[in-house]
Amino acid sequence: MFSTFKKAIPALIVMTGLTVSATGQAQAERYLTVKDKTVKEECGACHMAFSPRMLPARSWDAIMSNLSEHFGEDASLDEETTRKIRDYLMNNAADTGRWKSRFMRGVRKKDTPERITKTPYWIRKHRREVSRRAWKRAGSKANCTACHRYAEKGYYDDD
Amino acid sequence: MKHAKEKLAFMALAGALIAGAAAATAGTPQDILNKLVAQAKADGSWTGSRPVKRGQAFFLAKHSGGKKKTPSCSTCHTKNPRNSGRTRVGKVIQPMALSKTPDRYSDPKKVAKWFRRNCHTVLGRPCTPMEKGDFITFMISQ
Repeated sequence: MFSTFKKAIPALIVMTGLTVSATGQAQAERYLTVKDKTVKEECGACHMAFSPRMLPARSWDAIMSNLSEHFGEDASLDEETTRKIRDYLMNNAADTGRWKSRFMRGVRKKDTPERITKTPYWIRKHRREVSRRAWKRAGSKANCTACHRYAEKGYYDDD
Repeated sequence: MKHAKEKLAFMALAGALIAGAAAATAGTPQDILNKLVAQAKADGSWTGSRPVKRGQAFFLAKHSGGKKKTPSCSTCHTKNPRNSGRTRVGKVIQPMALSKTPDRYSDPKKVAKWFRRNCHTVLGRPCTPMEKGDFITFMISQ
């Protein structure tokens, strides 16, 4: 009995997803994942390689200009690698391409957020939703995968 | 058939080239250590005795001068180098002990990068060749 139910779970998830998106109650939270090998390796050595779609190009520029003081740690790289990563992040940033990313919502032109967790969109999505205990378990707000199991695949709908 | 043979030959050639390039740039932990010891000897700081013990003490010590949140190597790597550690944002760091992570200390560029970063973060200054040598000696012994 239970095993048949188990088999049905994926189908149920898909169906729920379709229903929800059809009624417009929730939009799929999916983001471009990092495809570049260097970016994946270097950024991903210490934290999940965050999607470039989560910050505007000017933010990535600022971050990549100050890697030796990277949120309390020295993350410096040689010039060539730094340039390569900067180019990738800026070319795929939240404010590039035909459609701007949702992470641009509420970001004023004069603002250069350096933390994804300080963008208005991120703050709104996590407000009153995450318990103190869950934050404690995650340890850091930068630890997306603590709650979003498939964050590295660009999939954040599982909250 | 002929095409397949050509393809095979090409792959063999490519493989040989890659292997050659890897051999040219790769080092062994001992190579890297030898270079550091030579540097320490050259700057006069070298004392030969008990580098494993010194390396362990360095790894466990609470340093000052660096960032307050990371006073020691063991803050992230844990006190036992055979354990895996965690970065400040929770990502797993493979054990530092060579026996547990055999591909460590073989890429001179990578070794230099992490000593540069972490000595700055933990000690607030570059590490001396002897400190680096002791560290690697300790990790090889583990």
